[in-house]
Amino acid sequence: MNIIEIKELHKIYDESEVKVHAVNNISLNFEKGEFAAIVGPSGSGKTTLLNMLGGLDKPTDGNILIDNTNLHKLRSSELIRFRMMNIGFVFQAYNLIPVLTAKENVEFIMHLQNKNKKEREERTMSLLKAVGLEGRENSRPSKLSGGQQQRVAVARALASKPKFVLADEPTANLDSKSTEQLLSIMEELNKQEHITFIFSTHDQRVVNKARRVITIEDGKVISDIRKDVESDSK
Amino acid sequence: MIQSIAWRNIWRSPLRSGIIIAAISVGMAAGMFSATFTKGWMNQRLEAGIETEASHIRIQAPLFDENYDLKEYIPDTESLITSLSSIDHVNGVSPHLVIQSMIASAETGTGVKIVGIDATAEKSVTNLYSKLGEGKYLEGIKRNPIVIGRNLAKKLKVKLRSKVVITVQDADGNITGGAFRVSGIFDITNGMYEEGNVFVRKEDLARLVNMKSSTTHEILVHLDDTELIDEMAIQLKSQYPELKVQSWKESMPELGYINEIGNLYTYIFVIIILLALGFGIVNTMMMVILERIKEIGMLMAVGMSKLRVFSMLMLETVMLTLTGGVLGILIGLWATYLTMENGIDLSMYSEGLENFGYSPMVYPVLEMESIIVIILLVIATGIIASIYPARKALKYNPADAIRTD
Repeated sequence: MNIIEIKELHKIYDESEVKVHAVNNISLNFEKGEFAAIVGPSGSGKTTLLNMLGGLDKPTDGNILIDNTNLHKLRSSELIRFRMMNIGFVFQAYNLIPVLTAKENVEFIMHLQNKNKKEREERTMSLLKAVGLEGRENSRPSKLSGGQQQRVAVARALASKPKFVLADEPTANLDSKSTEQLLSIMEELNKQEHITFIFSTHDQRVVNKARRVITIEDGKVISDIRKDVESDSK
Repeated sequence: MIQSIAWRNIWRSPLRSGIIIAAISVGMAAGMFSATFTKGWMNQRLEAGIETEASHIRIQAPLFDENYDLKEYIPDTESLITSLSSIDHVNGVSPHLVIQSMIASAETGTGVKIVGIDATAEKSVTNLYSKLGEGKYLEGIKRNPIVIGRNLAKKLKVKLRSKVVITVQDADGNITGGAFRVSGIFDITNGMYEEGNVFVRKEDLARLVNMKSSTTHEILVHLDDTELIDEMAIQLKSQYPELKVQSWKESMPELGYINEIGNLYTYIFVIIILLALGFGIVNTMMMVILERIKEIGMLMAVGMSKLRVFSMLMLETVMLTLTGGVLGILIGLWATYLTMENGIDLSMYSEGLENFGYSPMVYPVLEMESIIVIILLVIATGIIASIYPARKALKYNPADAIRTD
């Protein structure tokens, strides 16, 4: 069942004299529970596509339907709420709130969702346990390593029980060991929670773990490989 | 949680927050102390004006104060005084015979208002008798005693028991004069009053101007509760419509405005301080936001509404301002506490101050209303100072903000 449908998506930047066609007629579908990587060289349009998918940027043309909701037809306030309820984000630089502890960072979105204390506590502790940070819940980000911070970020992204998680270069700042740990955790959570993960990455280790690899160049999809069915739907 | 984040955010840069909090504290301490100092100063002037000069309520013949005509006296004074004395809460009634005249010593002369009083009755409406620096209150001299102010004594170059001559126009329009001897010299904080008013026995003055000793131009009324003055003035106005009844606010309007002027001065002073601090706060918050663009972008990306982001930044600014403000107010209150007992001596400026009726010793007075108004002004400054930086923060696109280095 498709939870994301991208139809003939275009993004043109024309702020400078030269128009840049960052995303050029991309159509893709994602099913529930996918573990997909979008790869491509720098400037290929991966991040632009991910931003539009997350409702952070507007397409010049085309539509993105998430569970039949046209993302870019939503009003600004509706879009913010939609993101809060349906999309989890993992950023390259972790982007945790430095004044909050690991536990508070994870709880934060549930506060925004007005979840009750019991529900927040249970979900937070279970996620921190899942990402291997049991016992570090009261540490602030500055007291955690990069890998640990990114694991908190993954727990935070999943806290709101989103339909899918967008991870933009999540391993770019991590060493090999931390990358391996993080990928294993995300893979495990993907299986446990059945939440779709979509990565934008350069990292071959992420590509190796992904069950679907979409390659983009010059704003176009040049390959879309599903490893489990070994098919190429280019 | 937003409150908790806002509070913790303040302490992300303790040095920067500490500096702005210290600036606000110093400004607010100055504002608070200025408020209590001014209040004390104004209260002293007010109290001196009412208790020494004006008393609570003044009753006159309707046209008397237009030209101080001797013939504009209150009819049937005796029964009026009896009636006034029987009213609840009236604890003092004193009739005056008032004449504008010339007073002269061997050295010089000047114009004064001569007030003929009954010393015993007068003690029940003003406390001038307790302000004598020398001599006694119309006592100690058998014939024609007079009480004058220190400034007038200096001007006439007279001292206790010196002779002065009063020249007046009597009831028949003839110029007449009488010799009086100084029985007392009063010292109050109002130099102009000291120079322009003298007190003699009512019967001595009546004899001089050839009128009955019961003739009365005005009656001062004193109440046992100052809260009742306005109410009592209204009651007496309706009870004696043929007379001019005025509360002290009406008979000495300049005193009536003292409190308002004092408050106005304080609030203008505090607003100027807060305005200057406001720019510092805006600058600090702009720096804070520039440093946190990425974080603000993340908050908006993960679903924090613009209103919540705005509220968080506003709360942070208000908390920062309020921390400095409350600290400053406490310092101001402490300074007030240290000085309210022994006062602040401004005697090096006493001559100028006393000319305007102000005491050179100032005892700061604490008033809850001022503290509340200043706290509200601090909160308002925090809110206003947060609007521009917070609006600026909301203009960032989350996707761009997250990518900011």
